[in-house]
Amino acid sequence: MIEVQDLVVSYGTATALDHLTLTVGEGEMVALLGPNGAGKSTLANTLAGIIAPASGTVRIGGRLALIPEGRQLFPDLSVADNLALGGWRSGLRDPSSVYELLPRLAELAGRRAGVLSGGEQQMVAFGRAMMSRPEVLVVDELSLGLAPGVTADLAAHLAELNRSQGLAVLLIEQNARLAFELCSRAYVLESGRLVTEGACAELADDPRVAAAYLGGAVT
Amino acid sequence: MSAFLSYLLNGLAVGCAIALIASGLVTIHRVTGVVNFAQGTFAVVAGLCTSSLLGLGFPHGLSELAAVLAAAVAGLLTGLAAIGKRGTTPLASLIVTLGVGVLAYAVEIVLWGDQPRSAPGLAGSVTVAGAHIQTQHLLVIGVTAATFVLLALFFGRTYLGKALTACASNPYAARVVGIDVRRMGLLAFALGGLLGGIAGVLVTPLRPISFDTDVTLIVNGFAAAVFGALTRPVIALFGALLLGVAETMAAGYGYGSHQLEVALGLMIIVMIVQAGRRSAISEETV
Ligand SMILES: Nc1ncnc2c1ncn2[C@@H]1O[C@H](COP(=O)(O)OP(=O)(O)OP(=O)(O)O)[C@@H](O)[C@H]1O
Ligand SMILES: [Mg+2]
Repeated sequence: MIEVQDLVVSYGTATALDHLTLTVGEGEMVALLGPNGAGKSTLANTLAGIIAPASGTVRIGGRLALIPEGRQLFPDLSVADNLALGGWRSGLRDPSSVYELLPRLAELAGRRAGVLSGGEQQMVAFGRAMMSRPEVLVVDELSLGLAPGVTADLAAHLAELNRSQGLAVLLIEQNARLAFELCSRAYVLESGRLVTEGACAELADDPRVAAAYLGGAVT
Repeated sequence: MSAFLSYLLNGLAVGCAIALIASGLVTIHRVTGVVNFAQGTFAVVAGLCTSSLLGLGFPHGLSELAAVLAAAVAGLLTGLAAIGKRGTTPLASLIVTLGVGVLAYAVEIVLWGDQPRSAPGLAGSVTVAGAHIQTQHLLVIGVTAATFVLLALFFGRTYLGKALTACASNPYAARVVGIDVRRMGLLAFALGGLLGGIAGVLVTPLRPISFDTDVTLIVNGFAAAVFGALTRPVIALFGALLLGVAETMAAGYGYGSHQLEVALGLMIIVMIVQAGRRSAISEETV
């Protein structure tokens, strides 16, 4: 679904991604961990076609949608309009399928997106991404600034879409516990380079990963 | 009393033309962040085109429509020059629009000469409550009202209009959902050209237009647009009507030569007030 090979992305003279190679298979859920400034959002934006790579190849095997870091809604538009614009690429204009998935959004349909709570906004960002009928979804920090209950709720939806529709997911997370719960494989990025990759079960036992992302305690 | 009423209605007509210029400025600024100083040029192009087409014997309606479309094309070309290249900052684009305005002078003088030209509009006048009102003034008011209603419907109800608003609201998010923000910016410029063109076609029968009429138009239109902080079309509309009425009253009661000064004075006051308000807010948040 996603095949990234030898990807280099730079901002001016600063290199944000340095010869990165990474794959997400069909129907797979893969986590991407890394400290602040590692280049995770840069990768997300490159996959979404917003940033052009300096070199290397990016192959996307189906329709890709991005839930960007910090929601990035259209604050002046209603929730319904935000969702409808999510269908820009797919041609889907009627958000009723998303309302079925996330009934809370139907209640919020007429509200301005800018006045919603963080959790509600993340739900709109989720629904907006689903409006493009994606086959692969890149989620940049699902849990950022959200209460645990809200995060768990959205994570459950992700897992369900993955199970029922085979939606492939690249989950960028600071919360490694959540990432390891949801995903089968994970990559760890630091300063634009991959430092580790592997099955989540093994990574959780890796003392370096545990120290950096699980607060030292291996669960 | 009847003099007052006819000044008022004439002023509203003038204000409507200003409002159309201002709405073009606001549309372009909202979507692209660029202040388009070539906005008055679109009106001049449309006015001169109407005058020529009518002179060549084309019928009313067709001539005005073609002139408005020519202005829309002028808008698109200005957009290509101003934001066509990726990564141009709004300030650089603003300078480009100033350049386009100057370049347009040369083109207009070559095509139409430097003498003012007029075009016949609706003849006759009607008498309301003892005041004589030119029919053309009523036409200006009617067309402007209809244009604003259509504009509101376009931005508020249509998918394309919402996509334009989305670019204004959060350009990064627009790109996330796949909207081509640059192309939307060009569309905004074409729309700005169209609105400027409507203004030009409407005012040419009232006031002869020449290549440098754009200065008066842009100063007034900019004053009104600034009134709405360059982003709020309805407030800009009220600003424009106020300006039109104030200027016409000033002219009617004997200060005719000071119309532009009235506009400039009001604009400077509004800008100072707004600048003061903005710094008050940023001081609070610091
Ligand atoms: N628009 C930009 N211009 C210049 N440098 C940038 C830009 N965006 C990001 N960077 C730099 O690129 C590097 C990677 O940033 P990126 O946002 O991809 O990190 P991240 O892993 O998403 O971090 P975080 O966890 O804080 O979201 C950082 O050093 C950052 O300063
Ligand atoms: Mg990030």
